[in-house]
Amino acid sequence: MSATSRRQEFLSGVRDESPILLGVVPFGMIFGALAITSGLSTLAAQAMSSVVFAGSAQFIAAQLLGADASGIVILMVVFVVNLRHLLYSASVAPHVAHLRPGWKLALAYLLTDEAYAVTISHYNSVGDARARHWYFLGAGLTLWSSWQLSTAVGIFIGAQIPRSWPLGFVLPITFIALVVPGLKDGASVAAAVIAGVLGLAAGGLPYKTGILVAALVGIVIGMLVEGRKR
Amino acid sequence: MNPWLTMLLAGLLTYGIRLSFIALLGRITVPDWFRRALRFVPAAVLSAIIVPGLFDRGGTMDFSARNPQLWAGILAVAVAWRTKSVLLTIAGGMVALLALQLILG
Repeated sequence: MSATSRRQEFLSGVRDESPILLGVVPFGMIFGALAITSGLSTLAAQAMSSVVFAGSAQFIAAQLLGADASGIVILMVVFVVNLRHLLYSASVAPHVAHLRPGWKLALAYLLTDEAYAVTISHYNSVGDARARHWYFLGAGLTLWSSWQLSTAVGIFIGAQIPRSWPLGFVLPITFIALVVPGLKDGASVAAAVIAGVLGLAAGGLPYKTGILVAALVGIVIGMLVEGRKR
Repeated sequence: MNPWLTMLLAGLLTYGIRLSFIALLGRITVPDWFRRALRFVPAAVLSAIIVPGLFDRGGTMDFSARNPQLWAGILAVAVAWRTKSVLLTIAGGMVALLALQLILG
């Protein structure tokens, strides 16, 4: 494997990841602004983007930290929300099996939705497979750096916004924007409606445990509705 | 729990999930029911946060028809459905909220 093919792979990863940044950068800015308006310090908001480095889990964690939810509940919600990465991990595992442990540790850290999406289609394409981890690294680092930068810009913007603005409402609205386009069948609508109603009904449970209960029941209902149709 | 500790543990948890199969290749497989369940996770978790958020007005719950957040939220659902754009949904929802706050008080 030559240095040229490594560089080519790395740069292809950067190039293929770039269009996705159009969707990621505004999201990172919204996260930065929201995190500090929900009470996180500038340092904590910025740190979360590299320590957790997972879009929707970060939004939820920031919101729950601001609402004084218990740490255990926050961890359980983050766990459930990020479980999908288990599938990504299973799917890239055979492709990175030959690499040194250091590479595996680094690439696992960069395994976000967006990096996975471009990397797996590259792995599944024809051609020389030996240098493809450089592509993964290029795509992953492109996403990582734009996520850190956009968080920083968002924190800066968030600090300028007057406290009197109803910014707490941006979070439910952002979540609506994320959920609604994905409701493509009866089963996912059922999961969303049941979880939403239960989230409201169980809102009084201590430490925000209602969110967890509501989400788990919603997931089970979605699976039951889907199973019934088969 | 200290917020920094919570954040650190959330990061380790996320990293552990991402590393799992890469580190344990071939020794475990994902069961089918688990794959099916994952599809519903975003809709269920986020909806459980969205719906109470529409009624929560600065710590007190407002179930009246004069709650501007409720109507702004319904409008945001319509915008999200039609446009599938995150930015348009946020912009539409926030503009609606500000306008309705003026009208409904």
